[in-house]
Amino acid sequence: MSETAGRCEVSFTVNGAARTVSVYPMERLLDVLRNSLGLTGAKEGCGEGECGTCSVLLNGELVNSCLVPVLQAQGAELCTIEGLTPEAGLHPVQQAFLSCGGAQCGICTPGMIMATVQLLRRHPTPTLEQVREGLGGNLCRCTGYTRIFHSVFEVAKTEAEKADTLA
Amino acid sequence: MQTRVVGASVPRKEGVGKVTGRARYVDDLSLPGMIFGATVRSSIARGRIQDIQFGEGIAWDEFTIVTAKDIPGRNVIALIIDDQPCLADGVVNHPEEPILLLAHPNRHALAAAVAAVHIQYEPAPSIHTIEQSERREQIIWGTDNVFKSFRMEKGDVDQAWEGAAWIVEGEYTTGAQEQLYIEPNGIIAQGSEEEGLTVWGSMQCPYYIHKAMLALTGLPPDKIRVVQAETGGAFGGKEEYPSMIAGHAALLAMKSGRPVKIIYDRMEDMAATTKRHPSRTRHRTAVDADGKLIAAEIEFVIDGGAYATLSSTVLSRGTIHAGGPYFWPNIRVISKAYATNTPPHGAFRGFGAPQCLFALERHMDHVARTIGLAPDEFRQRNFLCQGMTTATDQVIHDPIDMHHLLDRAFELSDYHAKVQRFAVHNLTSSKKKGIGMATFLHGAGFTGSGERHMNALVGLEATPAGGVRVLVSSTDIGQGTNTILSQIAAEALGLEYDDVSMAQADTSTVPNSGPTVASRTAMIIGKIVQTAALKMRQTLTESGLLEPTAGREEFLAACQTYRHRFGELKCFSRYEAAPNIFWNDELYRGEAYPAYAWAVYIAEVTVDTNTYSVTIDDFVALQEIGKVLHPVLAAGQIEGGVAQGIGFALYEKVVWNDGKMLNNQMTNYIMPTSEDLPPIRVFFEEMPYQYGPYGAKGIGELPMDGPAPAIVNAIVQATGTSFNAIPLLPEDIFRVMTAEPDRPAEDFFSALAAEGSQ
Repeated sequence: MSETAGRCEVSFTVNGAARTVSVYPMERLLDVLRNSLGLTGAKEGCGEGECGTCSVLLNGELVNSCLVPVLQAQGAELCTIEGLTPEAGLHPVQQAFLSCGGAQCGICTPGMIMATVQLLRRHPTPTLEQVREGLGGNLCRCTGYTRIFHSVFEVAKTEAEKADTLA
Repeated sequence: MQTRVVGASVPRKEGVGKVTGRARYVDDLSLPGMIFGATVRSSIARGRIQDIQFGEGIAWDEFTIVTAKDIPGRNVIALIIDDQPCLADGVVNHPEEPILLLAHPNRHALAAAVAAVHIQYEPAPSIHTIEQSERREQIIWGTDNVFKSFRMEKGDVDQAWEGAAWIVEGEYTTGAQEQLYIEPNGIIAQGSEEEGLTVWGSMQCPYYIHKAMLALTGLPPDKIRVVQAETGGAFGGKEEYPSMIAGHAALLAMKSGRPVKIIYDRMEDMAATTKRHPSRTRHRTAVDADGKLIAAEIEFVIDGGAYATLSSTVLSRGTIHAGGPYFWPNIRVISKAYATNTPPHGAFRGFGAPQCLFALERHMDHVARTIGLAPDEFRQRNFLCQGMTTATDQVIHDPIDMHHLLDRAFELSDYHAKVQRFAVHNLTSSKKKGIGMATFLHGAGFTGSGERHMNALVGLEATPAGGVRVLVSSTDIGQGTNTILSQIAAEALGLEYDDVSMAQADTSTVPNSGPTVASRTAMIIGKIVQTAALKMRQTLTESGLLEPTAGREEFLAACQTYRHRFGELKCFSRYEAAPNIFWNDELYRGEAYPAYAWAVYIAEVTVDTNTYSVTIDDFVALQEIGKVLHPVLAAGQIEGGVAQGIGFALYEKVVWNDGKMLNNQMTNYIMPTSEDLPPIRVFFEEMPYQYGPYGAKGIGELPMDGPAPAIVNAIVQATGTSFNAIPLLPEDIFRVMTAEPDRPAEDFFSALAAEGSQ
């Protein structure tokens, strides 16, 4: 059996770069990101869409990449934690998680940060209920979520202040 | 004492790696030529292995196959008692016991191969509960199924009952709880007999693995190297079991000649690895006419699973904590750890204390109600005070004031007003409100002589880059070890936080500072770091390179001069016991712990008597933990521990069927999400502990002890119904509240389990 039997080519944009991968069509997007593209920021916590630690943005929507067959990503625009990180310094959400204690063991953190980015796009100044609901699909066993909530509010506040200054 | 770095919420050392996703966890690591390992496990609870067949349709010649026969050294996971095999050899004693190992270059080829290994057993009768084990329905371990027992006695309990105005009894149980770190267990091993063995992985205790690999491989100590990768949560769940996985990966690597990675998926991790010990506690308590405790007889028993592993030490901590923060003139605690044909239960944050303190704090409310005192008043009359003795006859030297802590927690939670308001509210509403408390303590560091035996060693070295590096095997598993030890070193050396770095926990470069367990890292290891720092300054001053009062720049310059002159600057310090610490291991008398953290937790709940669901509306966690080294990390420890305690109380139920976990998925084993938790309001009192680093005590396990009893006490107050078992899910509340007195309601989960086994 040849190395390419049963495989197909899938093309998408990941973190701004066009990529084509030779994959089995039902491979999990998570495995393709981690193993074929070396993007190991998304983690596997449960493999069944419960924990959210594999969260990435697919066409701007938060998805559990362990539940997405890679074929579904054909032509899509993907953003992972690696794409969020600026070349120098940190994204404001990353900075807030760092300074507010939103990350402890760090394994849920990339997914939690992607979920936060998505949440803040929807609700730039979210209520506590919106935060609780927006992050409800991302499990954290270390923090009890309290400091993750602080982190989210810290970003919202800083961004609002920035917007004020610009206005 | 004024501090510069200690007490500040500096950014965590490995924080940038974590928020950018660059931190490397074991499954993010890859070695050239690496292949993947998997484990074939027992499908039965107990029996003899008769035959192993390799089924058709699998290219078996592509696989590396390892059985017990391939073990070069001893077939044990060396820990305390060497009773647990690395691979079952002839007999199995619990479901999911490892029997055979497979490795293959294609990770995805393993599942089908594992399924194609057919094992024939001659099943033997098995036992799965504490009661079956204590009745000795089968003898499955030793001569009596007892891994360990303790008898701890103070005063004369037997004569005390006569003088009692009340004698109150109660029985309380707690269930198994899965640690549920979000990163499943995983190990990579590489090596051979000639080159030696290297193990990388997710772990709490590199030197535990080192010890286990010595026994298993027969290699000399310097040919075994264990390296911690970034570790995605542990909570005790990566204390002892990683030694098993490391053993498996090592055997496959040594046989195949290639690096082998074993990563458990969630289902395997939940089914096969350790959980919190289920427990049963019986209390018999004598109280005098003034509401003072006269005597206690406490029986504390835990289900250890099929092998001894850590059960003796879990039992020990539970035994000592069983009397809580109260003064008992007479107390007897009899405790036993029983064997069952269940995967071994193990370390989980709190380590026996959450179990016995759930029982005690529920019982304190029960006694108070029985004798007609408010639960707080009854506690106030019986708190330990400075100068009094604990159940082990340890004199409390800490200037502790539980009365003050309770009063402050009441203010913070508006307790008294709420008690009154809820009593009125509950008359007319189906949504019953309650507010409950738990008052408790947690001993920091190893129990009794443990720290003396461990004799931890810590190093500091001047680095070529111009800073100082801390050398410890104490691991950062999310709790902040890297950060607080760096703070302590920086403070003691007169440096900035950024001048100090942490060596990776790698047994080839760091000394054995012991395992990362028992709330010992901040208090015990932190203190040794502080001592080593003073020694480092002393070394420089004695060599004439540094004035005793010199500042940061002079110190760093002196380090470099010393390095150029002598090659390296490394200073090591060992554990030194605080003075007046005595412990008698036979009698269980003396200083059980060098210091205790003290706490009062208050939970406010609503119980919907239509749906039987419980909502926690507010949670106040007030504790005295000595000096707070890092306010953000410390609060994070408490909040996370409380969340796990809430799970322990209300959500997390392991469904068993003949020793096998049925709900081994995040889909049906439910931990709290961001939508389930109340505001967790954390408050500290700081009474610096004289012998801790800058006054710090242990903190990690404390928050696991209080939530469950506080919550259940609140539920009892709300409903007027007594609940003495956790986890307490809505169906459990429903069953108790609707049960007819003489006809126990059907046990939903047993019925489910029975269905599952058909």
